[in-house]
Amino acid sequence: MVHTSLDVVDEKISAMGKALVDQRELYLGLLYPTEDYKVYGYVTNSKVKFVMVVDSSNTALRDNEIRSMFRKLHNSYTDVMCNPFYNPGDRIQSRAFDSTVTSMMIQVC
Amino acid sequence: MEAAAGGGCGSGPPLLLSEGEQQCYSELFARCAAAGAAGGGPGSGPPEAARAVPSAATAAAGPVADLFRASQLPAETLHQITELCGAKRVGYFGPTQFYIALKLIAAAQSGLPVRIESIKCELPLPRFLMSKTDAEIRFGNPTELHGTKVQIPYLITEKNTFKRMDDEDKQQETQSPTMSPLASPPSSPPHYQRVPLSHAYGKLRSNTEQMHPAPYEARQPLVQPEGPSSGAPGTKPPRHQASLIRSFSVEREPQDNNSNYPDEPWRITEEQREYYVNQFRSLQPDPSSFISGSVAKNFFTKSKLSIPELSYIWELSDADCDGALTLPEFCAAFHLIVARKNGYPLPEGLPPTLQTEYLQAAFPKPKRECALFDSYSESMPANQQPRDLNRMEKLSVKDMADFPVPTQDVTSDDKQGLKSTADEALPKDVSEDPATSKDSNSLKARPRSRSYSSTSIEEAMKRGEDPPTPPPRPQKTHSRASSLDLNKVFQPSVPATKSGLLPPPPALPPRPCPSQSEQAPEAEIHPQLNRAPSQAAESSPAKKDIPYSQPPSKPIRRKFRPENPATENQDTSTTVGGPASAATVKPHAAVQKQSSKQKKAIQTAIRKNKEANAVLARLNSELQQQLKEVHQERIALENQLEQLRPVTVL
Repeated sequence: MVHTSLDVVDEKISAMGKALVDQRELYLGLLYPTEDYKVYGYVTNSKVKFVMVVDSSNTALRDNEIRSMFRKLHNSYTDVMCNPFYNPGDRIQSRAFDSTVTSMMIQVC
Repeated sequence: MEAAAGGGCGSGPPLLLSEGEQQCYSELFARCAAAGAAGGGPGSGPPEAARAVPSAATAAAGPVADLFRASQLPAETLHQITELCGAKRVGYFGPTQFYIALKLIAAAQSGLPVRIESIKCELPLPRFLMSKTDAEIRFGNPTELHGTKVQIPYLITEKNTFKRMDDEDKQQETQSPTMSPLASPPSSPPHYQRVPLSHAYGKLRSNTEQMHPAPYEARQPLVQPEGPSSGAPGTKPPRHQASLIRSFSVEREPQDNNSNYPDEPWRITEEQREYYVNQFRSLQPDPSSFISGSVAKNFFTKSKLSIPELSYIWELSDADCDGALTLPEFCAAFHLIVARKNGYPLPEGLPPTLQTEYLQAAFPKPKRECALFDSYSESMPANQQPRDLNRMEKLSVKDMADFPVPTQDVTSDDKQGLKSTADEALPKDVSEDPATSKDSNSLKARPRSRSYSSTSIEEAMKRGEDPPTPPPRPQKTHSRASSLDLNKVFQPSVPATKSGLLPPPPALPPRPCPSQSEQAPEAEIHPQLNRAPSQAAESSPAKKDIPYSQPPSKPIRRKFRPENPATENQDTSTTVGGPASAATVKPHAAVQKQSSKQKKAIQTAIRKNKEANAVLARLNSELQQQLKEVHQERIALENQLEQLRPVTVL
């Protein structure tokens, strides 16, 4: 399902085109018949995509919440990138990053 | 004394103990002996009051075994040590055997093979992990001791140790529970919590050890009395661990400065700080600027830690997450790497002693004051830290404050007092070790076994170290007066040259007089012969040259003279023409007159030449001297460049 959402994200990005770089891209709507969940996409300036999958059974998160979550995620990610020992593309093993993500998820739940 | 006693026994190889080691070992021995109910009387030797006179007692096997186990060495190593030290041979642990065993333990903990030869090296004190924070007790300040505590009239050289003990005492009172288990085997000296890092990193230990033993020993007596009292639990072990961690930090640096918080592995000692600063400078000449991520990555990769670990260390130390390391951040990262190399698990969060503010506060102040100040400020932020970190911080506060388990009870006064005293004490052995053994809790009994990889990092560090510490520049003595080095250099060669009687005269400038040109070629030959003249000798050889060259010139002159007269004769003869007889007579007379005149002229010319020679020779010698100095500088610079190159290119 994530791969599908990635395709959708790519589609969106290519649709953006031009010089328009919209950092926030909330994509709602990938709802499978059996699983209802929402996938949010977020693209950074460096074309790094964050995909967030939220279970719809949860009270729908407000748009702002999603945005703030993505912002925090982006900040954590840049902190991780600062580490010279981190190779882009590797699995992120930063504890701070993990803790941030976990706290966010807990917050939502 | 102990050394004498130890060395005196001849049962084993000669045991050379440093003063600090003697104290430590005697203390340990005393404890073992006391525990073993041998009950040596209070040691009268060192003012530190070694408990018992080791030489008169034997350590009971039980306490000794506990002690050895506390060293956290594998069982077979302990067996080896026991065998080597001769205890099995003689059947008991006499002072000699005990000392040898302790030394072997230190060697094993440093990663050295357990052999008799190992004890010949300068080793850090062996580390023993004690749940009880003997270390804290170690610095027993008698006055501080509460009634229950023991008296231990250890003379703590450092006032701060006294202070520390005060705190410790108080803390001990509050918590003694952990002490109790330790109390039972008093032989287990918790104070030696040093991580034998120093050994791996360069034995500055010898200096520190001497300091440390005293406090350690002081602690010991305290431990014993402390044991029975049971009080606060828990905190002691963590404190212990913290002390372990500290001791690690103590060992870190091969400088002679011992700031010591042996129990606080996360505290950077002065020597370590200097080392880190030097390393920083090697990567980035401006201490107030930062090291870029790639440079730092290359540098830290040399430590051969795994990338995830390095990544984690970076994450911890780069507080502002800017991808670059300022000096405090760099020191923190370096310290964490060192800790990791020595077996300490990385902390969950950046320890307070390694935080940027803390380190920054420490940096401007030179040495101890900084550390003291840091410990103080550290204790403040420590409050927010998790318990373990708190414990560690407490340790950092010179162990004293840390004792009260509940975070920072440590009265700021104590800390302050500690700090001020610690200032003086820092250089001496701040025996932090005894104090905080919080390490045990927070760090969970780190394996003491030294990893051999530590030696590799030591080498890497040393390699890195070499560049930043270039050899002292040669004296830039461009003064005319010959430099000492040159003198020394020249003096040996002077006799040689003199004996050779072929002093290499410096290349003399062309002689002003044509007649002197005769001498010039002669003189020039000599310089070519020997280009490295001793300047001091040059003047004399030059002078010798003068007479030497004079004779050759003389023959030349003489040749000239005969030639001149001959030419003159010819001239006169040709000019005369006329009556042959008259011509012949005149030429003869004329020749004779001319020859005499020529002789005088030549002699005056010779004198002038000699003077000119002397002056020129002196000038030449001075110039040669300057040339040598410049050469030396150049060589030094080239060396520096070579050394710096591998560090930066990597």
